[in-house]
Amino acid sequence: MSISVKKPNKVSFKTVFIRNRVLLLKIAIHLMSFLPLLALYLLAFDEQLGADPVKEVIHFTGIGAFNLLLLSLLLTPIAKKYRQGYLLQTRRLLGLYSFTYALFHLLSFLAFEVQFDLMLFFSEIIDRPYITVGMAALIILFALSVTSITSLRRKMGKKWQKLHNWVYGALLLIALHFFWSVKSDIVEPMIYVFMALFLLNLRRAKIKAWFK
Amino acid sequence: MLIKTKKSYQLSEQEVTDESVYHSRRDLLKKLGYLGAGSLLAQSATANAGPLDFFSSKEAAVFQRKALTFQKANESSQILTPEAKVTSHNNFYEFGTAKGDPVENAQEFKVDPWQLSISGEVDKPYTLGYDDLFKSFPLEERIYRLRCVEAWSMVVPWVGFGLADLIKRAAPNSRAKYVAFETLYDPKQMPGQESRRIGGGVKYPYVEGLRIDEAMNPLTFMSVGLYGKTLPAQNGAPIRLVVPWKYGFKSIKSIVGIKLVEHKPPTTWNILADSEYGFYANVNPEVDHPRWSQASERRITTGGLFARNRIATLPFNGYGEEVADMYKNMDLRKNY
Repeated sequence: MSISVKKPNKVSFKTVFIRNRVLLLKIAIHLMSFLPLLALYLLAFDEQLGADPVKEVIHFTGIGAFNLLLLSLLLTPIAKKYRQGYLLQTRRLLGLYSFTYALFHLLSFLAFEVQFDLMLFFSEIIDRPYITVGMAALIILFALSVTSITSLRRKMGKKWQKLHNWVYGALLLIALHFFWSVKSDIVEPMIYVFMALFLLNLRRAKIKAWFK
Repeated sequence: MLIKTKKSYQLSEQEVTDESVYHSRRDLLKKLGYLGAGSLLAQSATANAGPLDFFSSKEAAVFQRKALTFQKANESSQILTPEAKVTSHNNFYEFGTAKGDPVENAQEFKVDPWQLSISGEVDKPYTLGYDDLFKSFPLEERIYRLRCVEAWSMVVPWVGFGLADLIKRAAPNSRAKYVAFETLYDPKQMPGQESRRIGGGVKYPYVEGLRIDEAMNPLTFMSVGLYGKTLPAQNGAPIRLVVPWKYGFKSIKSIVGIKLVEHKPPTTWNILADSEYGFYANVNPEVDHPRWSQASERRITTGGLFARNRIATLPFNGYGEEVADMYKNMDLRKNY
C-alpha cells in the first residue's frame, strides 16, 4: 500500500474564485437586494426619508422590483453570448427578490398609503387601470415564485416552462404600470419600456414560435 | 403659577428634522441606485453636479431667506406641517419633477431684482420690484391647508396679503372677467424649462388662471413668505399664489405677470391633460382623478412611515363656507 503524500495545495485565488463563483454571486445578490430594503424601512420608520416617506418607500420598492426583474432577464442573453452557463444558476434568486420587492411595494401601499382601508384598497385596484395591471403582474410573479421550488418544477414537467414564459407578460404589465402611473414626466418610464422591449427583442425567435 | 400654553405652530425643535439630514439620507438611497435610471440621470444633469459627485463634497450655495414683519395669525388648532417638510417636498417642475428636486436645484435661484407686472383690463397698470413685494401691502400670516391633487396635504403658515388688494390698486375695468398668472421663464436658472427630461414635458412658462370673483375672494392670498421668513426658492420665491380651496397646482409660483383678461385664460395642467385637470380644480372628494381617489388624503405633519394620517377630504378643502356660493349654479362634476 502506498500512501501518496499530497503536495501542499497550490490553488490560486482565481481557481477558488471560479469554483465558488455561483456562491459568491449569490452572496452579492443577497447583499445588494436585502440591505437596501432593510435600510429603506429603517430610515422610513425613523422619519429620515424626506417629508413623505410613504411615497419614497412605494417608489423605491416598485423600481427595485423592476430593476431586479430586468436583471434576471438579462442573465440568459449574457450567459448565452459569453458562454457563462453558471450565471443561469442565479436567475431564480433574482426573480425571487424581484417578487419580494413587488410584494413589499403592494404591502406598503396597503399599510402606509391607504392605511388598511380595505374598501379603498380593493376599489383602487379595480378602478385604477394602472394599479390593476400592476396587481396582475404581481400575481404572475407570485405564481412563478411558488413554482420555483425544485421539486415542484420536476413535478410540473413541460407545464413549468409554459407557466414561466408568463414572465414576459409580467414584464410588459410592469412597464405599462410604471408608464401609466406618472403624471407627465414620462422620460424615465420610457427608458424602462425600451429596456423591456430590448430584452423581449433578444428572444424574438422564441416568442414568434409560440404564435405559430 | 404661570401656565404656558403651547400654540400649535410652536413646534419643539426635536419635532423638526434638520433639512441636511433629510437630504443626505435621500442621497444615500439615490447612490444605492434604486431610485431608477431617470433620477440618476437627472442628478448628474443638475447645475454644478458632475458624474463624480459621489466622491466630491459639493460646496452648496444656500438660498437666503429674510425675517418678515407681519401680523401673526390667530391661534389655530391645526397641527402644522414642520418647516423642514414644507420646504423639502415640493412640486415645482421648473426645478425637476421629483419632490426633492426643487430644494436641491433651486438654491441659486436669483429673486432680486424681480418684476411683477399687473396689467390687462385695468385703468392703472403697475409694476412691483423686489422690495415693493414686501412693502406695498400690510403683511399678515394665514394658516391654510394645502391639498395636492396627488392626495396628500400640508398645513402651512403663509405670510403675505390678499390678491384682492393687489388687483384693486390697478383699478380693473368692466371687461376684467378673469385673472391670468404667469411664472418666470428663465431656462438658464430653471433647469426644468431648459430640458424636457428634467421639466416633465410641461410647456413653459407655467400659467394659471382664476375667475375674477375667485381672485377677489378674501381667502385668495399672495404669499411672500412662510414660517415667518421670505419664501424659499423651492416654494415659489419671491411671490406666489395660494388658493386654499383648490388643488395645489392652481397656486402658481414665482409669478412675474398678473393680467386681468376678458376670456378664460389657458392653464398649464389643463393644457397637458384636459380630462385630468380642469380650470376650476376645486378640491372635491366626490370627483375622482382618473388615476386616484380624491375621497381622502394623507396629511403630512410629524411622524414617519407609521403615521396614521389618512383623513377624509372635505369639499372645497373645508373652506366651503367662504367659497361654495361662487359655484352654486354650476355642475362641479363637469367643471372639475
